[in-house]
Amino acid sequence: MASVLAARQPENDEKPRRRYVFLMSTPALLGLFMFLVVPFFMAVAMSFTDQRLLSPNETSWVGLRNYDRLLNVSGLVQEPVRDEAGQVVRDEDGQIDYPRLRTLLRSDPAMADYKLFTSWDLGEKRYIVLAKDPHFIQSFINTLLFVLLVVPLQCGLALALALLINRQLRGIFLFRTVFFSPVVTSIVVVSIVWSFLYHKDLGLFNHYLQAMSFGLIGPIDWLGDPDWAMPSIVIMSAWQAAGVQMLIFLAGLQGISQDLYEAADLDGAGAWSKFWHITLPGLRNTVVFVVISTTIQAFGLFTQVDVMTQGGPQGSTSTVMYHAVTKGFREQDIAYGSAISVIFFLVILGIALFQKRLFDSKGDK
Amino acid sequence: MSVKHLKTLGWYLILMGIGYVFLFPLLFMLFSSLKPEQAIFADLYSIRAILPVGELSLDNYRNVFEKSNVSLYFLNSLFITGGTVILGLFVNSLLAFTLSRMAWSGQKVVLSVVIALMIIPLEAIVVPLLLLASKLPSIGWEQGMFVLKSSWLNTLHVQMLPFVANSFFIFLFYQFFRDIPKDFDEAAELDGATPFQVYRHILVPMSGPVFATVAILHFLLMWNQYIWPIMAVQGEDARPLMPGIQIFFGRQSSWGEIMAYASLVTLPVLAVFLMFQKKFVTSLAGAGIKG
Repeated sequence: MASVLAARQPENDEKPRRRYVFLMSTPALLGLFMFLVVPFFMAVAMSFTDQRLLSPNETSWVGLRNYDRLLNVSGLVQEPVRDEAGQVVRDEDGQIDYPRLRTLLRSDPAMADYKLFTSWDLGEKRYIVLAKDPHFIQSFINTLLFVLLVVPLQCGLALALALLINRQLRGIFLFRTVFFSPVVTSIVVVSIVWSFLYHKDLGLFNHYLQAMSFGLIGPIDWLGDPDWAMPSIVIMSAWQAAGVQMLIFLAGLQGISQDLYEAADLDGAGAWSKFWHITLPGLRNTVVFVVISTTIQAFGLFTQVDVMTQGGPQGSTSTVMYHAVTKGFREQDIAYGSAISVIFFLVILGIALFQKRLFDSKGDK
Repeated sequence: MSVKHLKTLGWYLILMGIGYVFLFPLLFMLFSSLKPEQAIFADLYSIRAILPVGELSLDNYRNVFEKSNVSLYFLNSLFITGGTVILGLFVNSLLAFTLSRMAWSGQKVVLSVVIALMIIPLEAIVVPLLLLASKLPSIGWEQGMFVLKSSWLNTLHVQMLPFVANSFFIFLFYQFFRDIPKDFDEAAELDGATPFQVYRHILVPMSGPVFATVAILHFLLMWNQYIWPIMAVQGEDARPLMPGIQIFFGRQSSWGEIMAYASLVTLPVLAVFLMFQKKFVTSLAGAGIKG
């Protein structure tokens, strides 16, 4: 044994060893570098240029112009049109007449790039919100709406399912498989099948709704009504993906000591109080993990929108990613798409840092 | 019947009710694909919608094969997915091996960089990746001879190579390898085994579960890819199934045919899932907790 060890002279050994480390780690590192790190820095760099996918012109540096176009929002208050006597002019229906916005914006060079985002009338005045890219602002708000709706729905559904199957029943594994099956079905396929179920006249949802409400709830145009399109995508998305979180919650539930429940039983605690005082605190880490990872995923919403609504109706389902692909790929404005990607990444980074802080503060206890 | 029995029966009723909601679209898709158009609508509002009843035939499938190049897309998907998963298992586990079981300078930095890369989502880099792919030269095969192409777009490898290395999978391998006792490798190294032999003959045989987990996750990821193929592949030749079904769906095909196409896309995944379900489901739960 001693002779073998003596034979392993460092200077004889190190070089071939280093070569092995190099040979074995290079393929993966090269892949990560080439297709993740490089595009990432390209995104940052290109967001300051006017790069296009196919263009005969030289690419040039444009500073923050892309970001200005993306994020610039401005406000305007309009006074009504008045006649010589100073009276407010009204049309035949009694509606107050305002100066034409387009004329106003065109007349001022500083305002020429702005477009109408939204407006509302209060008293005699009209309040107007302008943006250089109203579609992006709307897409960003739509994405936030999707996240705010889908995260509680999906996580709540997953927790409920996990609690339901975390019991000793014969054949429970079968139900676990059934609840999980939408996850292995591609979201493209799910979107197509659900388009059929959501159909205004033929769809199953409207049939059930009408049957259950005795015809009171009329046929809803799920994907065609701007108010319903996003909630429809939310419901389908939560249904499709809840299986993964269900399994993670199940693993968390099984990590909670049974002794706690037995002690609670001795104290005469009810099912509700056991849930609030034992189950939820025991799942704290799992809940944080599930909520954060669901949030990050939800921000990338694209496929459902592309298959089911193409961002419509009236832009009500366009999202940050959908806007990025529309601009960066379909309109070939790579630089602008890159700027959207950078904003998207900063949001994800913010969530991840927030997650790290939550986990760290837990570690201090 | 005692109270306990009634309670058990109640739980089963609840489970079956929810199970119906979760299984309905899948069964509806599979069995509608076998029915003529009128039967799909006639059965829709009854339990028949999710039962293989009535006049069943493979006509919808035959139409799909006639109207669309689905067999080509299928082979493309199979090649892209299979190739990426096999390459990925190899390169990701090799890097994880050097990170977890060999000592070298810079190791800690590389490990933290790999972990940090996990938070860059594909969505955040997909636009510049498209520009990169459009500028990389490649060798193609056209009309019986090799030709030099000036771009990676519209190829099979543009759908594979960017997705071989994956920091999350490297991390899963790393965690698993780290927990295997080092005694085995040391003994083998004393006998003169090279690091690669240690990897091949000691570590790989002991790491079946993590290889299976990563293989399944990678398979699902690749098979279901959508956003990248619609951007990087415009032509028919290299098109995989998912953009193919979207185009078919957008063409106002009949519902029976769409369901047949959707079933074709889903059945391979369903088969893999049902074969490995127990292992898959368990390992996914574990991966979530650690990740």
